[in-house]
Amino acid sequence: MTVDTIAGIPVDVNEEGFLTDASEWNEDIAVDLARREGIDPLTDRHWEVLRFMRAEYEAKGTGPTVRILGKTSGVPVKELYQLFPKGPAKLAAKIAGIPKPRGCI
Amino acid sequence: MHRIVILGGGTGGTLTANRLRKAYRQDEASVTVVDQDDTHLYQPGLLFVPFGLARPDDITRPRGRQLHDGIEYRATGVDRVETERREVVLEDGSTLGYDALVVATGSVLAPEETDGLTGPGWMERVFTFYTLDGAVGLEQALQRFDGGRLVVNVVDMPIKCPVAPLEFCFLADWYLRERGIRDAVDLTYVTPLDAAFTMPIAAQRLGGMLADRHITLVTEFNTGAVDGAGGRLISYDDREIGFDLAVVVPAHNGAPCIARSPGLGDELGFVPTDQHTLQSSVAPEIFAVGDAASLPISKAGSVTHFEGEVLVENVQRFLAGEPLDASYDGHANCFIETGFHKAMLIDFNYDVEPLPGHFPGPVGLPLMQETHLNHLGKLMFQWLYWHTLLPGRDIPGVHSSMPMSGKRQPSETREGAAL
Repeated sequence: MTVDTIAGIPVDVNEEGFLTDASEWNEDIAVDLARREGIDPLTDRHWEVLRFMRAEYEAKGTGPTVRILGKTSGVPVKELYQLFPKGPAKLAAKIAGIPKPRGCI
Repeated sequence: MHRIVILGGGTGGTLTANRLRKAYRQDEASVTVVDQDDTHLYQPGLLFVPFGLARPDDITRPRGRQLHDGIEYRATGVDRVETERREVVLEDGSTLGYDALVVATGSVLAPEETDGLTGPGWMERVFTFYTLDGAVGLEQALQRFDGGRLVVNVVDMPIKCPVAPLEFCFLADWYLRERGIRDAVDLTYVTPLDAAFTMPIAAQRLGGMLADRHITLVTEFNTGAVDGAGGRLISYDDREIGFDLAVVVPAHNGAPCIARSPGLGDELGFVPTDQHTLQSSVAPEIFAVGDAASLPISKAGSVTHFEGEVLVENVQRFLAGEPLDASYDGHANCFIETGFHKAMLIDFNYDVEPLPGHFPGPVGLPLMQETHLNHLGKLMFQWLYWHTLLPGRDIPGVHSSMPMSGKRQPSETREGAAL
């Protein structure tokens, strides 16, 4: 575990750069994390997914997988890949400040 | 008298029913098992069918015959569970009331959720070995296969037995060598994960085993469509992988009767379940075991087996009005068949990833090493499954909770460099 300065704020992150404490997250951190991942700016549609991820994490203790996101977030899987290229569940979780989805075991 | 109803007569349902029957006298509790068909499939055996190493007759038995005397077996489909009324509605419209319900309905394949997967080429050049028909069809296709691109693809997690597609790759490599055509085949493993497996030490070890066998590893590939006619897997981010023969593990869902039951399942039809007590979060009298439960651990027979002991204890405690035992630790144990009459054993739980050493203690089967002994262990397990595990007997020396003695922590591993 290391400390990273994101949007000017020191936060604890793991070796993959995921926040280790979801409560340290805020919207400025999301914007900075997204920029580092090449997503700039964050559109309303991005925010829709990020807020959904945070709500799911708060309710269930884990972020949703891509398939569950596609079934429940209102954003189709194809579009999720356009918004968060390569791995939407993982990337959106990272930007939303929640742990990597553990659905994949 | 307590009425215990168990949905599903597979691994979890059968061993739970048999253990509960032994726990109660006939006048104390009734135990009823419901399943839609009477074929109990030894699912780990499916892996061997495509390579001619097992025949369908070897791995199937009647469900009813695996249940002890005094258990009522209802061979009918389940329409839904009415959780408020504590009633199971069967397909013929009749109902079964319960005081405790055990959901052991497993998982079902959802190939129709992937565009084109069941379209042209399905069961011709695109197969799954996760069904008996698919495994038999694939055996014939492999016999005809004389070279080209063989692709093994996991569509999405979770899947049953996450090591099985890797085992398929190892066995295919061996099979093709035995036939003398390995050099004529490009063998590729395509996974949505970011490595060969989930947990770091095992992922590294298994990734190395793929590389040693010249099996190409493609990661973070989320299959959006399968073009059977054109021989292409297409990912959601528009990458393509060509194939002449594809072995696809489709996405999995919970059983349809769970999805039809108001409030019982999650988005995929799995039952939200406490990971330590196996009591569902839906209602205190509902428990879930095996693949049907939504838990952060592999959907595997060993998990079901280890859960069974805690589950049976907790059904009894619940019916007696006592506090539940929160002792299930996520213990899983898998023999990974690696070809050439060898296998590798891994043992892990919610908190401890697969580590090297020995199982179940310092003197035992080697962990994380390919050995002939582990291969014999895997073969012997089929006998144990029918004669010890399903009847609800204990396997000597093997307990529900994961043993740490015999394992080496990563720091010791680095020092010993014995991995």
